[in-house]
Amino acid sequence: MTQSVVVQVGQCGNQVGCRFWDLALREHAHVNKKGLYDEALSSFFRNAVLVDMEEGVVNEILQGPLREVFDSTQLLTDVSGSGNNWAVGHMTYGSAYREQIVDKLRKAVEHCDCLQCFFLIHSMGGGTGSGLGTRVLSLLEEEFPEVCRIVTSIYPSAEDDVITSPYNSVLAMRELTEHADCVLPIENQSLVDIVDKIKRMSHSGKPGLVIKRDSTIISGQGGLSGAEKPFDAMNNIVANLLLNITSSARFEGSLNMDLNEIAMNLVPFPRLHYLVPSLTPLYTLADVSVPTRRLDQMFSDAFSKDHQLIRADPKHSLYLACALMVRGNAQVSDLRRNIERLKPSLPFVSWNQEGWKTGLCSVPPVGHSHSLLALANNTCVKPTFMELRDRFTKLYRKKAHLHHYLQVEGMEQSFFSEATNSLSSLIEEYHHLDATKGRLMPDAPRLSIAR
Amino acid sequence: MSIVTVQLGQCGNQVGHELFDLLCSDAQQGQRKLYSTASCERFFHQTAHGELVARAVLVDMEPKVINQSISRAVKGGRWRYGESSHFSQKQGSGNNWANGYCVHGPRHRDVVEELVRREVERCDRLAGLMAMMSVAGGTGSGVGTYVTQCLRDIYPKSFILNHLTWPYGTGEVIVQNYNSVLTLAHLYQLSDAILVHENDTVHRICSQLLNIKHISFSDVNRVIAHQLGSIMQPALTADSHGVYSRNPLGELVSALTCHPEYKLLSVCTIPQMSSSSIAYSAFSWPGLLKHLRQMLISNTKMEEGIDWQVRPPAGSERTRSLTGPSFNTSLANLLILRGKDVYSAETGGFEDPALYTSWLPSEEAFNLWKSPVPFNKYEKSATLVSNSQALLRPLDNMVGKAWNMFASRAYIHQYIKFGISEEDFLDSFTSLEQVISSYSQLC
Repeated sequence: MTQSVVVQVGQCGNQVGCRFWDLALREHAHVNKKGLYDEALSSFFRNAVLVDMEEGVVNEILQGPLREVFDSTQLLTDVSGSGNNWAVGHMTYGSAYREQIVDKLRKAVEHCDCLQCFFLIHSMGGGTGSGLGTRVLSLLEEEFPEVCRIVTSIYPSAEDDVITSPYNSVLAMRELTEHADCVLPIENQSLVDIVDKIKRMSHSGKPGLVIKRDSTIISGQGGLSGAEKPFDAMNNIVANLLLNITSSARFEGSLNMDLNEIAMNLVPFPRLHYLVPSLTPLYTLADVSVPTRRLDQMFSDAFSKDHQLIRADPKHSLYLACALMVRGNAQVSDLRRNIERLKPSLPFVSWNQEGWKTGLCSVPPVGHSHSLLALANNTCVKPTFMELRDRFTKLYRKKAHLHHYLQVEGMEQSFFSEATNSLSSLIEEYHHLDATKGRLMPDAPRLSIAR
Repeated sequence: MSIVTVQLGQCGNQVGHELFDLLCSDAQQGQRKLYSTASCERFFHQTAHGELVARAVLVDMEPKVINQSISRAVKGGRWRYGESSHFSQKQGSGNNWANGYCVHGPRHRDVVEELVRREVERCDRLAGLMAMMSVAGGTGSGVGTYVTQCLRDIYPKSFILNHLTWPYGTGEVIVQNYNSVLTLAHLYQLSDAILVHENDTVHRICSQLLNIKHISFSDVNRVIAHQLGSIMQPALTADSHGVYSRNPLGELVSALTCHPEYKLLSVCTIPQMSSSSIAYSAFSWPGLLKHLRQMLISNTKMEEGIDWQVRPPAGSERTRSLTGPSFNTSLANLLILRGKDVYSAETGGFEDPALYTSWLPSEEAFNLWKSPVPFNKYEKSATLVSNSQALLRPLDNMVGKAWNMFASRAYIHQYIKFGISEEDFLDSFTSLEQVISSYSQLC
């Protein structure tokens, strides 16, 4: 079995990470009744590294029920935090803790029989997750260049209460574009919207629309931790994303989808590696309706804009590639039928008309009979990035708060301009592809052979 | 004489398992001692306890499929794989041909060569090697190509047959066309004959002829095993002088792939029907052969939807085009008849020079093998292995799609990372355009 190492950095990264471990435990405990994969559980947990520059979150973990599961060699903390300053996280702490970070990473890697990839979880808007998190990303590339790096990044909403979040996000974006193999961007606002939608459903009281207990993707019931805390609902969504993406590595299926295969099939050009995730179903209704219709509905939902984890509408932008990971009792024929059905309404780039990568895992998530994760390499990320650039520009034009960054040792003004250039050229690349949408591209003229 | 099979990657190992299962059960049916002995010697060796052990080496870059194949064979109870005849790793090849060919292949070369050497040494005489793999993924395609290269180096005088499974056209893997192009271009220089099954075709056989509702890969693999088995089981050939041929691969190669530009072989077998229907059906050789001939001419790969309008053209009308319902010209054909009254079968229809290209006399182009023993429960069955234009359109589609993707350089960085260059891609495209051109001009 292959393993992954999970590195969680900063407050958000650690909170999401904890939800992930908690739900993973719940999933394996559920499956273990059938007596499978016992050793997977213990080896799974030694492969984590938790980093934060203030102690609050990590301490909570150590006092909570997950304390048995991690040991102190996997943790790295400091006390004062990064003050929502990317430069402090990336430069100051990045240099100070370089040795220790590399050391802990090495130890986690050594525990792995066969390391398949690194998962980095962090947020973009703050200082630690954003700054130190991206520093860790470069270290991963330096020390373990051949191991795939998959980054889950939480992007701030427009109404974020951290004023400098646009600076932190754009500075971090450049690192992601250059050092990550795949990025799964997630917007806080989308998570809020999904949570609201589910809460409205559960309180609607409409007959026949009662949600089955513990079957929503925001529920953490049945895990180790007790009462739910604020943000838990949102973080559970991200945790479920990670569970689904790693399901093929943890459970059997008739069409396995390795993490390496995801990177291989979904990234046609090195910098265009932003994969929009969508998860269905959001909940399971308590009464069991017609199974096949429900399955097909699941496929349709995966492409609706309400289920995307960033605020985007992939159906109306251009697909470069798309992966579908189905869990539970679904067959190859279900996959093929739905792809045939949905293909005509989804615009794919001319050189990848059949750009589908599929996987089947036989074990469904807890509380569901089946689930679907879609990862889309789609130009719908362009508006998100453009908005980010706009927010950045608003601040930068007035040089607001710039001195906080420039006074950090190692930080220079050029970092800002290079970061914006990187973001702009990324937006350009998506723009070029968008321009080909809907146009009938002629086939490339074939090589002609002398007769 | 014996054949050593190398099963590579998930597909190679799954199809290989179905093949050995079928060969064993077919050989052990009824009172057919000579046939049974010949078949068993060809594909199995017997231990001191009388157990049948397949002459096969199993290779994969991850362990699950090999473990499944080995344990299913044991469960079946009639034959098994050799205890140490397999090699696997944990990582997989990530659907990347270059990862298979440049990294995994060379890294594990010695181990795999040793396993093959041991199987070869167990044979009294080696009839040749058969490598089974798919072209869409990373291991079967990449490692499979590398292993074929090594085998060619170590056994320069042996016949090497590559059995390839081509993926569904609508795609299972996004980069499947790249992997296929790289594999075919390389194998063309290494292999003596390339026998192809297409998933799309076999899938249609399962749904329309066998009436299977929820088709699984096992169903598909069993059809492939049936068709492949009907070629590989013992038969009487023109050169074998009244006994079962001892040189099946050699005779296949000399019958069909006499020219280095033409190595692609397709296969049709009739009849194919669900086992419940076989009991109620009666077949005649004239009927079977008439259908098979029309299937060849109109390039239909199964007995449904045959276009009876297609006729062999008169001399001056020979067209050279890829499109439209054109006549399928053959370079050479091998017809294998198995079952009752096989000596009375009239095969003149296949000797018609109009079916063949003009530069090979039809006596050379047409070859016939027979066996009076019914194959796999069919009282009569006929298999046609063709070196013809049958694979031209699928090949052209595959190259076209890969070329379009290459024109935008999509995914190329993933391959370059493992050690092949854009030059290598161009070379492969050039080789295959040459093959397409050669087959297009066959008339």
